Amino acid sequence: MKKLLPLTAFFSALLSASVALAGGGGAHLMHVDTDMNDQGSLQNGAKLFVNYCLSCHSASFMRFNRMGKDLGLTDEQVKENLMFTTDKVGNTMEIAMDSSDAERWFGVTPPDLSVISRARGSDWLYTYFLSFYKDDSKPLGINNLVFKDVGMPHVLGDLQGGIPEPVYKTVKDDKGHEHQVIEKVAVPKGSMSDSEYAKLNADYERNVRDLVNFLEYMGEPAKMVRYSLGVKVILFLLLLFIFAFALKKEYWKDIH
Amino acid sequence: MSTEGVDMKRRRMLIGATSAISAVGVGFVAVPFIKSMQPSAKAQAAGAPVEVDISKLEPGQMLTVEWRGKPVWVVYRTEENLKDLPAMDGGLRDPNSEVKSQQPEYAANPARSIKGKEKYAVLVGICTHLGCSPTHVPLGAPNSPTEDWKGGFFCPCHGSRFDLAGRVAQGVPAPTNLVVPPHAYLSDTRLIIGVDQGAA
Amino acid sequence: MKALVAMRDWVDERFPMTETWNLHLAKYYAPKNFNFWYYFGSLALMMFVIQIVTGIFLTMNYKPDASLAFASVEYIMRDVDWGWLIRYLHSTGASFFFIVVYLHMFRGLMYGSYKKPRELLWVIGMFIYLALMAEAFMGYLLPWGQMSFWGAQVIISLFGAIPWVGETLALWIRGDFVIADATLNRFFAFHVILVPFILAALVFVHIIALHAVGSNNPDGIEIKKNKDANGIPVDGIPFHPYYSVKDIVGVVFFLMIFSAVVFFLPEMGGWFLEKDNFIPADPLKTPEHIVPLWYFTPFYAILRAVPDKFLGVVAMGGAIVVLFLLPWLDRSKVKSIRYKGLIFKTAVSIFVVSFIMLGWLGTQPATPELTQLARIFSVLYFAFFLLMPIYSVMDKTKPEPDRVTFDAH
Repeated sequence: MKKLLPLTAFFSALLSASVALAGGGGAHLMHVDTDMNDQGSLQNGAKLFVNYCLSCHSASFMRFNRMGKDLGLTDEQVKENLMFTTDKVGNTMEIAMDSSDAERWFGVTPPDLSVISRARGSDWLYTYFLSFYKDDSKPLGINNLVFKDVGMPHVLGDLQGGIPEPVYKTVKDDKGHEHQVIEKVAVPKGSMSDSEYAKLNADYERNVRDLVNFLEYMGEPAKMVRYSLGVKVILFLLLLFIFAFALKKEYWKDIH
Repeated sequence: MSTEGVDMKRRRMLIGATSAISAVGVGFVAVPFIKSMQPSAKAQAAGAPVEVDISKLEPGQMLTVEWRGKPVWVVYRTEENLKDLPAMDGGLRDPNSEVKSQQPEYAANPARSIKGKEKYAVLVGICTHLGCSPTHVPLGAPNSPTEDWKGGFFCPCHGSRFDLAGRVAQGVPAPTNLVVPPHAYLSDTRLIIGVDQGAA
Repeated sequence: MKALVAMRDWVDERFPMTETWNLHLAKYYAPKNFNFWYYFGSLALMMFVIQIVTGIFLTMNYKPDASLAFASVEYIMRDVDWGWLIRYLHSTGASFFFIVVYLHMFRGLMYGSYKKPRELLWVIGMFIYLALMAEAFMGYLLPWGQMSFWGAQVIISLFGAIPWVGETLALWIRGDFVIADATLNRFFAFHVILVPFILAALVFVHIIALHAVGSNNPDGIEIKKNKDANGIPVDGIPFHPYYSVKDIVGVVFFLMIFSAVVFFLPEMGGWFLEKDNFIPADPLKTPEHIVPLWYFTPFYAILRAVPDKFLGVVAMGGAIVVLFLLPWLDRSKVKSIRYKGLIFKTAVSIFVVSFIMLGWLGTQPATPELTQLARIFSVLYFAFFLLMPIYSVMDKTKPEPDRVTFDAH
């Protein structure tokens, strides 16, 4: 054990460094539990994606037939329900919109979303969809808590049941000045009963979770197989290890 | 170090077991690398079945489409062409399409076509000799390769001749008939290449 | 069996096959007291092989073209059968190669494996390390993500700090006014052909040199001083089969850890694959926070700790140069840390802490407090090396044993 001490020190130092790194990184993000095995969720996410996102954003690395295969859908089901921009299931999710048109309309080209979940992270995406709020000072009339001055309209607004309004709270800074900051955002309740309102919010959160789940799948389709394959590989190596170790022990009996 | 009193049997057993498991492991590891050299999803999408509109094809004409990067011919054979076919059997290497790899089972017939669609010949336009693409020389063309030419294909590279069913003549370098690709009729005027009849 | 022997003899008459086998394996006598730290040499060799093999298969589908590179990596990740695995093996392999090499170097530092007669062995090893850094740096440009682009931009700009010729040199390296297609193409050529060739040659020379002087061991004593009647070191054992069977155990154990990362944590929380590298390179937009990959961050922290551009580059280069000089800086009577005194042990501990802290600081934004911290650790880093000729003499060493410490289990 004493011999291992420097090593333990080395790794624990490394580990503490990594924890420190993970700790950094800004805004408070909500956590989302994604699940690559939840096909229902992925299918719903795919439906939301092609309906709400795929008109402005492309996913030019994602093939329709690959998606169908991974999500348990036949080529015919994909063709009928999810394909609006092309008729070949082998094609990727391209869009018809020209990027220079896009730049004129939105000021920026909407990014390709194939690997957006790997660039942003699922928690960020989840928080993003739940953080749009009304802001009349902006050209689009909306803003976002995690993406300031966002150039994208709140396309999921009708799904959410309206554009959320900011709820402010007052905080004091070091010098004692008072500031208004947004505590949270909430869809106007209107004449809804408490249970209706709760259901509306829960439904929206579930839909967003499904969409994020799908985006995470799309970021790395291989994720569906790599976990289960990894377990098998490690178990196989463990078996090899047992024999290799016994072999070493056997030979080293010679050494005194 | 001493090797006295060593249990050689155990040692050999352990060497055998460790080597065997390692060999299996190496085999497993090789699979992804070998498979990665197969056609990718992109290549497969590009090699997907091709639909052809044959409504505008006139008797005696031929149209060429690309399927998996290869030329595929669709030839509309006249009644006369079809009548000429059996007469040529004597001068052919494989008149009855007995080489199985050269056509799907449903095209192993005298016209080498799907039953009921004998007037259309669907052929991969690649010479079975060394991969050149033969030229379509119709009946009565001025540059016929032989005296009694009934129409067919002539490969300019090495002089192989095929009839209008893609059957190879005797005494030419090409060893087998032209390949009939998997194909099927979606309707009277729409043909799909790359899907077997009955599977579509 | 007889035919096999005849075949062997036939080859032996024309090529020293059996002789080579004996010289480097069956009759290469290694000290019997190797411990855990002695796995990392063979593991480094294995990582090299993994990188070469996976690299070859990646080049079959990768496109070194600024307009296609990013998409071709995703093409490998999705459209190529098993491409994702080959890519993850390569990307994780890069980091693991450095982990293994750093541990291998630390082993040398602990047991004085750089001291006479192994000075040249150490220097060759340092050249391998240098080539490996070049290899990793150029390889990191290839995915053509934002981090690839801006990381390369920053590092190449360092050359611009060299007086008079700097800007011209940086321009020449890039082959364009910014990192561009030309840069990507030449980095690809170096990454897949030139540097691997150099690495292979250096590794070969490293092993030849090792087998000429013989392996050091945790006790830091020369086993060749104590030979039996047949001229075989009494504390030596044939590398094959004893260390070959032992290294297999190490390799399999290591592969388990490696697979765990490849299959479960290929991004390693952003340490092995950075988030920003999933955004295609954009010459008009710098990411908020540019960080080199973890294996470069100690040197990057030293660079940033110096307030002057040129001197920063000098300090960073110096941090690597001092490693080359280690054999001549250590003037201790003994090799191994086991027999060195408290001063040396303290110095090594301070060095390890400094190196890790610098590595961490290199990943952090350069705030004034952190920069101050980086300066302290940079000074400690250099002090470890530059004061070594003094404190290694002052250090009170223990007497070395005549025979290696080995306790048969």
